[in-house]
Amino acid sequence: MTLRKAVLLGASIAAAGLAFASTAQAQNEQFIPGLIYRTGAYAPNGIPFANGVADYYALVNERDGGINGVKILYEECDTGYATDRGVECYERLKNKGPTGAAYVNPLSTGITFALTEKAPIDKIPVISMGYGRSESRDGSVFQWNFPLLGTYWSAADIIMQHIALKEGGFEKLKGKKVVLVYHDSPYGKEPIALLEQRAKMHGFEFTPMPVTHPGVEQKATWLQIRQNRPDYVLLWGWGVMNSTSIKEAAAVGFPRDKMFGVWWSGAEPDVRPAEGGAKGYSAAMLQHGAGQFGVHADLKKFLYDKSKGVAKFDETGEVLYNRGLVNAMLGVESIRKAQTKFGNKPLTGEQVRWGIENLDLSAARLKELGFEGMLQPLKVSCADHEGTRAGRVQQWDGAKWVVVSDWYQSDDKVLKPMVDAAAKKYAEEKKLTVRDCSKES
Amino acid sequence: MLYREAGQFKTTYVADQQIFPILQDRLFVLAVIVVAFVAVPMFASPYLYTEILIPFLILSMAAIGLNILVGYCGQVSLGTGGFMAVGAYAAYNLWLRVPEFNNLIVVFLFGGVMAAAVGILFGIPSLRIKGFYLAVATLASQFFLDWLFARVKWLTNYTPSGSVAVGKLEVFGWHVDTPADRYLLILGLVVVATLVAKNLVRGHIGRSWMAIRDMDIAAEIIGFRPLRTKLTAFAVSSFFIGVAGAMWAFLRLGAWEPLAFDINRSFQILFMVIIGGLGSLLGSFLGAAFIVLMPILLNQLPGWFGIRMSTALLSHLEFMVFGAMIVFFLIVEPHGLARLWAVAKEKLRLWPFPH
Repeated sequence: MTLRKAVLLGASIAAAGLAFASTAQAQNEQFIPGLIYRTGAYAPNGIPFANGVADYYALVNERDGGINGVKILYEECDTGYATDRGVECYERLKNKGPTGAAYVNPLSTGITFALTEKAPIDKIPVISMGYGRSESRDGSVFQWNFPLLGTYWSAADIIMQHIALKEGGFEKLKGKKVVLVYHDSPYGKEPIALLEQRAKMHGFEFTPMPVTHPGVEQKATWLQIRQNRPDYVLLWGWGVMNSTSIKEAAAVGFPRDKMFGVWWSGAEPDVRPAEGGAKGYSAAMLQHGAGQFGVHADLKKFLYDKSKGVAKFDETGEVLYNRGLVNAMLGVESIRKAQTKFGNKPLTGEQVRWGIENLDLSAARLKELGFEGMLQPLKVSCADHEGTRAGRVQQWDGAKWVVVSDWYQSDDKVLKPMVDAAAKKYAEEKKLTVRDCSKES
Repeated sequence: MLYREAGQFKTTYVADQQIFPILQDRLFVLAVIVVAFVAVPMFASPYLYTEILIPFLILSMAAIGLNILVGYCGQVSLGTGGFMAVGAYAAYNLWLRVPEFNNLIVVFLFGGVMAAAVGILFGIPSLRIKGFYLAVATLASQFFLDWLFARVKWLTNYTPSGSVAVGKLEVFGWHVDTPADRYLLILGLVVVATLVAKNLVRGHIGRSWMAIRDMDIAAEIIGFRPLRTKLTAFAVSSFFIGVAGAMWAFLRLGAWEPLAFDINRSFQILFMVIIGGLGSLLGSFLGAAFIVLMPILLNQLPGWFGIRMSTALLSHLEFMVFGAMIVFFLIVEPHGLARLWAVAKEKLRLWPFPH
């Protein structure tokens, strides 16, 4: 007993001592932290995304020798989608590298909310591509947040436009019943405000139905849906919740072609477990879909042929893997933009923030990067931290995702007043000073 | 040799009734407090504050609260997360709606008082329900409170996502913005709370709780009123937990949603109390340290030794080793880490000449 305790004591003292040991760092490297999850209930969706991000950074280092000669130093930290653990990861990584973190991708709406409070103090921008606070698109209040490519309000608006188009116009929605099955967290609650607004405008009946984390128990929700017989069901789930919802829809016989997911509910791990039951299910696209494009050829040449990739090459065309690539690319291009102003050296978060805010990707540039067909041109500005509000809808045909719609633009006549009101309320609550975007260069 | 009480004679009742009757203990605790208030701020990094010390201190306070109820009064509760949420949201609403009270001490105390009121309400069934059945009854409070904060929009000021945020915090004009300020504020509150708790548990109130814990019928026969005793335990326990919840929300998270206080939080704090040691304030601190710090330590350990492994493997290893350690400690010392500490002290008294 005593020996065992002595060993324990010794081990803990050694561990404590090591805690303060520092590690050597190279000087010409840009540090980028990766808050990802490869474990837990959300791992099936977290892994392909994390692989895409890691591969793209590796590709930039292998192919171009970094961003204008500045190598990317990337480190992952597993958050398990838990907010407190995510904040711990952020605090652990934010000061690494010669200049600290360039930016942070929280990959969870809950963590985004927490980091939104920390970003102005730490001066590290938060890129929440396709998630996070919808009102954070207003750069005059949310100086450090960048919900690039689309917010949840944009997503909900695009889905409603798609439904209206199928019905033959928004006026045909009158009297229809729309149910939102959502993950009971800030993530799932985000679209409610917009859908309520749309319901008021067009006279359809809107019912939100929460599903508790992690979402494997949804029998009661779908029983209610069977009784209510809504015309459409929108799905705002993540991880196992998505496939469970689709399976339950099949079990209660709700038509899958009347079911629309957000872009986080529209990837291969969501539909494959439901097998035949998922056929006909549709989801919004965060611009890109599945499939392999120009950048994948480079991935094959520089990483997979040298067996340096983290995934299998067949998996690199999946929706979430591609989203990881897009996410990493936008970050890298922002750093590149910032380098034009601050020089080709490792940059601080504050400098990279300028780069993101002035990011302007033309169609030609996207083609050059190998993202043609995945993204539309985007331009970020002080007033608009979203960059673009375009999206499409894809449908699962039983074997693969097929794009079934043209491009939609979320309706800024509806969104802008809501964004302004919510951002203003946030600024007042937090007693913030608001930037004047007309004076920004 | 060094740790020996021989020669320390108590000549007054006051001296005999001190919290730490042994001189060395007193010096040790004083040294710890001085180090925490003076030495730590001299070298600590923001990471050490925000991710190690602040969570450790706040959850220690919550564990003290739960320990009063479970360890001292013998009433098992699984509603800790819910009571923390009451403290957090009550504090938030006071902070938001009554700007005149923009003083964290007032705000936190209000959170604690509201949590105590809710705790009393949910403690009433404890008169009839005991043991595991009470645990299930308090579980109901957890679910009810979770539901309340997720559904009643007024409580979260009608934010679309149900997530609320606080900023510009101050105490008597002192802005607590930096991690160091926050740490000092929390440390001060935790020290005061621990002192209060220690004096409660060794006074007549604490003795009445322990009498109820050890045998409620006997306690009733010798004159303790079970209802009052149990409800005071619920009230005091919930007060501490409520203040801890408010601190967790305001000083640790800054922005939070009801998920921050879900059932897992309740379990986490119950495990702290069990692993640290039931009926021991020291145990609350040790348990909190173990549960908060060990996973972070395990996650970073391979990196410090220069071992590269994949993020996934690291996370899985963390879970496995942590689980194994819980089992190991419970087998080696079922009475918790506090008992381990007590055994070490006993040995130290005889060292270096054991019998």
